[in-house]
Amino acid sequence: MLVRLAEKAFRPARFPFPLLHIDTGHNFPETLAYRDKLVGDLGERLIVANVQDSIDAGRAVEESGPRASRNRLQTVTLLDAIRDHKFDAAIGGARRDEERARAKERVFSHRDDFGQWNPKNQRPELWSLYNGRVRKGEHLRVFPLSNWTELDVWQYIAHEAIPLPSIYFAHQREVFVRDGMYYAQNPFVTLLPGEAIEKKTVRFRTIGDMTCTGAVLSPARTLDEVIAEVAAARITERGATRADDRFTEASMEDRKREGYF
Amino acid sequence: MTAALRQTVGLADDSELLRFTTAGSVDDGKSTLIGRLLYDTKTAFEDQLDHVADVSRRRGDERVNLALLTDGLRAEREQGITIDVAYRYFATTRRKFIIADTPGHIQYTRNMVTGASTAHLAIILVDARQGVVEQSRRHALIASLLRIPHVVFAINKMDLVGWSEARFEEIAAELRAYVGELALPAVTFLPLSALTGANVVERSAEMPWYAGPTLLDHLETVPLDEEREIGARFPVQWVIRPQSTSADLHDYRGYAGTLAAGELRPGDEVVVLPGGRTTRISKIEQGGIALAVAFAPMSVTIHLADDVDVSRGDTLASPQRAPRVEQELEAMVCWMSERPLVAGGRYALKHGTRSTRAVVSAVDYRLDVSTGARHAEDGGRLALNDLGRIRLRAMAPLVFDAYAENRTTGSFILIDEATNATVGAGMLLAPAS
Repeated sequence: MLVRLAEKAFRPARFPFPLLHIDTGHNFPETLAYRDKLVGDLGERLIVANVQDSIDAGRAVEESGPRASRNRLQTVTLLDAIRDHKFDAAIGGARRDEERARAKERVFSHRDDFGQWNPKNQRPELWSLYNGRVRKGEHLRVFPLSNWTELDVWQYIAHEAIPLPSIYFAHQREVFVRDGMYYAQNPFVTLLPGEAIEKKTVRFRTIGDMTCTGAVLSPARTLDEVIAEVAAARITERGATRADDRFTEASMEDRKREGYF
Repeated sequence: MTAALRQTVGLADDSELLRFTTAGSVDDGKSTLIGRLLYDTKTAFEDQLDHVADVSRRRGDERVNLALLTDGLRAEREQGITIDVAYRYFATTRRKFIIADTPGHIQYTRNMVTGASTAHLAIILVDARQGVVEQSRRHALIASLLRIPHVVFAINKMDLVGWSEARFEEIAAELRAYVGELALPAVTFLPLSALTGANVVERSAEMPWYAGPTLLDHLETVPLDEEREIGARFPVQWVIRPQSTSADLHDYRGYAGTLAAGELRPGDEVVVLPGGRTTRISKIEQGGIALAVAFAPMSVTIHLADDVDVSRGDTLASPQRAPRVEQELEAMVCWMSERPLVAGGRYALKHGTRSTRAVVSAVDYRLDVSTGARHAEDGGRLALNDLGRIRLRAMAPLVFDAYAENRTTGSFILIDEATNATVGAGMLLAPAS
């Protein structure tokens, strides 16, 4: 989505910024294949920052246990990448309809020296006048899709015929059930007693790490079928499939304060 | 997407979007009203409702507290208050809606002005037991200053006044008298109960005397008025010049931006302001596709027939109906900082795509938002949450229209250069001078 909007804004010239991927090492292989094809077709510069490098450098500590995830660790890698490349803004695809804490997010969202978000002291945003000023060491997170809903995004994808990673569509996959969600069988988790691998027809509504992104049972193989399913859905996309939002009542708020995307 | 699919999933037409804001004082039931809209339009998702039911139970609330649907931050949920402007989204088969939910107590002016700046309609809640209070008048005045085209006074908690028509009429009459003095274009009065849902989405059986629309009916059918016709305005946001060796792109020079007003066609004459050179549009593109016409608020790339100097911050406009180009400015401003605005203060100013600096030459008066009275005796300063009229001198001329003519080309923000905070929201005036 963001890439398509950037093409609309800057083509036929190149983007005035590179693309950045924070690679946790726990991505779906389909995600990486999609990323590489996208970047190749675009001819834009991609920077990959690896969470593994942050761990090796002692900047981040791997979680342990059967529910270990690198979700929280990637904040360290992201903030380091922003500092190393001297970015004054990072453009992201977050939307306000995704989650409670995000409903209060600005389009141009200020982050202090520590990369932290302070929801009680945000710059007021009026009309379509955005304040993009930052001091050295600070940066902005910019969310052009703030006012889009999940359904808006799908409609736009259909309208623009934007190619997607294959796992957004229904496919056969080996999964196991944990905490009421289906997870893809993957090399980064150990099954707990009582958990068993089974084969199901599933698709993903959001794509994060394999360790914390759940699948939904779905027969939707085409874009139109996906849109019909999204329109009828009675559970939010993050509520349905994201273990990372479930830790505490204010899980997203806490992570955003730390500098999470 | 196919028309058949659109039908099946009941999607709103892409082109219809209504942005509205909600205002009310503490305990007017604003969060409950929004919760009710989300709940009754089946927008609130099951996991959100489960969550709300769970939190209500833990707090010991008697019934599921729909207000919790809208309070996102932990402090808000703990204290049962709304801290900041929050944005909510819902859709019906007829329209998509964006709600700017603004808190009624702390920072009310700053937050309501923020929510109002992008709103096409304002819902002002009035507690039927309390009747018109100072806050109701304040909210109406702000809606009028920000030129929100439609205002709905939602007389809430009708269940607590025995669904009384007489009480409703009494409040409506008082409001009518007050708004008669303001420049509010379209005003509607609606009796409802957010708690029971009466007249929100479902028509109330308890108020057969009320023949008007439900709140949702009104939101779905209110005309999406366009801005006043003032001629074309295209503030240039970005100059596209590919650094390419390919021959066909060698001379490519496109001006990208969002049309703020009017429409443009290839062949149209335009004046480049503030410079003043006149040229013609040779081509209009969107995503590489040539367009026969572009109109506000489309984002497009424009090509010009002559090689004139155009940069970010310049405006392409209709020469016959050109905007004002001035450095000495008058404006109504809402002050949003703890550090007061004073005459002599210097700020960064952002107007459209232009960033410049400005010095406050005078504070003419502070406006009392409860009474509408003008206080010139306040010693030339505006404090946090004050509204007032000021004069400014900009370092570079602004290409603008009065805010009354166009909300996009007539608005600006002031930024404190020491803290980078957005400290003022301004609406330009066009004195007869």
